[in-house]
Amino acid sequence: MTTMMRAFETGATAVASTLASAAAPVEAAPVGQPAPQPAQPQPAPPHGRAIVITSGKGGVGKTTTTANLGTALAARGQRVVLVDADVGLRNLDIVLGLESRVRFHLLDVLEEKASLDEALVRDKRSDSLSLLAAAQTREKEDVVTAHMTALIEELRRRFDYVLIDCPAGIEKGFKNAVAGAQHAIIVCTPEVSAVRDADRVVGLLPNDWHPDLIVNRVRPQLVKKGKMLSVEDVNDILRLPLLGVIAEEPGVIVATNKGEPLALDPASGIGAAYRAIAAKLAGDEAPSAGSDPAVSGGGWFAKLGALLGGR
Amino acid sequence: MLEFLKKLFLPPERSSETAKERLRVVLLSDHLSLAPETVEALKRDLLEVISKYVEIDPAHADVTFEQREREVAMLANVPITGIRERPRPTAPRTEEPSPSPQLVAPTVDAPQAAADEPPAAALAPEEEAAVASAPQAQEKQPPPTRASYAGAPRRRRRKKTVALQGPAPG
Repeated sequence: MTTMMRAFETGATAVASTLASAAAPVEAAPVGQPAPQPAQPQPAPPHGRAIVITSGKGGVGKTTTTANLGTALAARGQRVVLVDADVGLRNLDIVLGLESRVRFHLLDVLEEKASLDEALVRDKRSDSLSLLAAAQTREKEDVVTAHMTALIEELRRRFDYVLIDCPAGIEKGFKNAVAGAQHAIIVCTPEVSAVRDADRVVGLLPNDWHPDLIVNRVRPQLVKKGKMLSVEDVNDILRLPLLGVIAEEPGVIVATNKGEPLALDPASGIGAAYRAIAAKLAGDEAPSAGSDPAVSGGGWFAKLGALLGGR
Repeated sequence: MLEFLKKLFLPPERSSETAKERLRVVLLSDHLSLAPETVEALKRDLLEVISKYVEIDPAHADVTFEQREREVAMLANVPITGIRERPRPTAPRTEEPSPSPQLVAPTVDAPQAAADEPPAAALAPEEEAAVASAPQAQEKQPPPTRASYAGAPRRRRRKKTVALQGPAPG
């Protein structure tokens, strides 16, 4: 408690300077890959993009989206760090298959119990992807917003993309996750509850942000039958730039079981959809990345399903 | 072919439309922080004010709210069936008798045969502009009542006669 109070008083600068001074051990990073950032007396200006992945409602696919988007961006050669801001309900590590590698977590860094380099976990598959896990046995209220902002700024110095996996809800955890970010991606499913919550979250983001939308778990067959809101229906309500559409596919569950993001699977339609979203995010306009659910991967599967008499 | 078979065998119920309409209504309340009854009362009062100045067809009048980028727009689609020469007084206004032909007869270029034309209520809303520019005699139109306002259809039409808008609070 005393530590927290002291840290709070000294504010953001204290954390930032600690993080900067701890940059030296990066040199000891695995060979074959240039260190993300050489130790410097003066920290470089933050150049990376900090993007929070949020939704309001839980269970719509924020963590899966963060894992896949990060993996896809890293596969494009971008230096990416994924920050699990869901303190108390750590999940991003297990979705990425990195749970056994986590030694320190977000709060250890914020409270100066571990350096950023000690806490950052390198991905198994890509050297340019790192994870900062959430604390599992702490609470969201333990995070000081100013510290979180300083941490994200430091990460923006070292990485091209900082993807923040936001907890569900609109309370302190949400506010902390949004604090250091510059942009938001809203994940929404075609359900009334998810759309309403997404709308609420958009209203809570800074006014000058123009969050992007990913519509997840679309089932083209149901949409065709008028049993599910279409992507157009959802965006008639939300009116956000559509970044992509992800169809519902059993492959996601299998991938999560194994801890292997689909973004690396060349055979997966979902993986292709995430790669297209990553391309769009990185500025390469992907051809029709998701205006039509059929493009996103449910396509051939759905068509097959229709031929076999529907799912 | 597949589409045809689907149309043939699938039940026509489209719950996605229900979902969308419900979302529209609930988000309006969320954005305006207005209770649904308040919105209904606003519609009723608005139509009442408009009918003080022009003859309207309340059965086909429609007041809706639409979410724009970052604001809520109120859209009133009110078929005007005739122009009142003199607006009704604001003072105690109970159920008036139908206005006399002399009172509401158009002053300029009025077609003499106006009285023979079909009741304006039968006109489609898309024709309202034409109706407004060529007003008819009004004796066929009963004065609007509260009951008819409440019974106005809720479905939104594309055509907008009046559009008022302002920033959505919150």
